Amino acid sequence: MIDTLLSHLDTLLLLALAGGAVLGGALMLVLRQPMRVALALILTMVCLSGIFGLLGMHFAAAFQVLIYVGAVMVFMVFAIMLLDERDPGAQRYSRLLVPGVIGFVLLLAMLVGGVWRALPSPRGELSDAPLGIGQFSTTFLAEYWLHFELTSVLLVAAVVAAMAAIKTGRRRDRGG
Amino acid sequence: MDRTQLLIGVAMMLFALGLFGVVVRRNVLVMLMCLELMLNGVNLSLLTFAHQAGNAAGAVLVFLVFVVAAAEIALAIPIVVLLVRDKRTLNVGSYDELKG
Repeated sequence: MIDTLLSHLDTLLLLALAGGAVLGGALMLVLRQPMRVALALILTMVCLSGIFGLLGMHFAAAFQVLIYVGAVMVFMVFAIMLLDERDPGAQRYSRLLVPGVIGFVLLLAMLVGGVWRALPSPRGELSDAPLGIGQFSTTFLAEYWLHFELTSVLLVAAVVAAMAAIKTGRRRDRGG
Repeated sequence: MDRTQLLIGVAMMLFALGLFGVVVRRNVLVMLMCLELMLNGVNLSLLTFAHQAGNAAGAVLVFLVFVVAAAEIALAIPIVVLLVRDKRTLNVGSYDELKG
């Protein structure tokens, strides 16, 4: 019994993490407080990083925790704490709830029907080799160096744009 | 059901949930977080296919998505802060004069 369980441990872990990710995504839609929504999103992200680790892509799991949970979500939680106003009368859902539900079901049906069935058959042994940071770095800097440079340009542009947005707000405050 | 199918199913579910959240929720911060959920679903599908194909191109794209997400949040949060200072509410329906 225990031996069977241990031999399927990675499958069980994968199922648990996938369930946790979908559960976090579903909780994001029903929770009211933005802080709880942020915690549900963090649950999803941590579960996804576990899935990346199980796939053998440990560098992607580390990036997920460092960049998403460590930077993006901390920033988001900080913004929620700055802006959170307890407004009990606020509406949770927009008028588009019913069209949204219909669109959600249609999109999911289309994706499952169109994409999932067209998946190539599993390749077996070949795909079980883990994709390490070495292969990733070689591919990145040998073939995709232009994209690497473009990411730095994008980050600089984002910093300049954020500073410009804050400056505009300040100027408007001063001018009344 | 093999692993790839399970993970692609989860990725599609996360993407659809995120899109649904962007459409139906009213709080602008929650809408931003639903956008992040959509990006996470895309990341999962990219890494699943990279794992299946055995090459690193998908992982490179995931890295680019990380950078785009960080840039998006760094720009979106100041805009939200300015909007909330102006309107005193997080309800996205109150920003309708932005329609121009």
